[in-house]
Amino acid sequence: MRIGVTVFPGSNCDRDALHAVELMGAEPVELWHADADLKGSDAVIVPGGFSYGDYLRPGAIARFARVMGPLEDFARDGGPVLGVCNGFQVLCEAHLLPGALLQNTHMRFACDRVRVRVETKETPWTSGCENGEELTLPIAHNEGNYFADPETLARLEDEGRVVLRYLENPNGSANDIAGVCNEGRNVVGVMPHPERVSDPALGSDEGLKILRSVLAEATV
Amino acid sequence: MKVRVLVRPKEGILDPQGEAVRGALPALGFGGVKTVHVGRLIEMELESADDVDAMCRRLLANPTVEEYEWEVVS
Repeated sequence: MRIGVTVFPGSNCDRDALHAVELMGAEPVELWHADADLKGSDAVIVPGGFSYGDYLRPGAIARFARVMGPLEDFARDGGPVLGVCNGFQVLCEAHLLPGALLQNTHMRFACDRVRVRVETKETPWTSGCENGEELTLPIAHNEGNYFADPETLARLEDEGRVVLRYLENPNGSANDIAGVCNEGRNVVGVMPHPERVSDPALGSDEGLKILRSVLAEATV
Repeated sequence: MKVRVLVRPKEGILDPQGEAVRGALPALGFGGVKTVHVGRLIEMELESADDVDAMCRRLLANPTVEEYEWEVVS
């Protein structure tokens, strides 16, 4: 399975994500922001960082990068896409996911390890977890405060599209939301960083439970 | 021509920056400040203002959480 990782100017988790893909046993494919196609990727990770310096709003400029055209087509055709941290922000700005990530309510950068609960295994990125399973994942963000209007929030909850939920809310996020998916369930955005806990050498490989889930898609 | 765009958090959207400023003003002795909202001012020199609204919707503001207004200033 080929898993693409997008690289924008200012991405800083792309190497970690590529390394995690290798540890998963898949083939990592670097996707430069100016690339015109996804180089045959079967799944794509939009990694964390500060794409385009977070100028204007986090993710606002990255969503117009050239590689986002084919990525949006891929996502709309049902291809598995995972946005992590800044990647989540990019996917929201691109309207591939609902809502927006606002500044943390406490006005501080949140850098920690947090407990999250997997709320649904019905996505390509959580199918290897159990519903209700708790994971410890790192967070590192200034704009992780998930916001959506009340109707959208109610819909996300009704349709089981909250993917990860914080056990203790670190940023003011609505309904303690740490991750959501789109209507087709193939596009997932999460604030915590599974790729940063993908190797026992990093202290934990719990993040692989999320990342490895997508391997099941290879046989579909 | 010169166009000035004002982008700010929508009514009712939590504005941590505004809240922090509101908290800081009394500390400097400025009393009676009830609310503060922090927005963004964007000035552009353009040949025509035809596309300004589209620019606001597609890039300059995020309509999910922000509202905008713009005017031709010269």
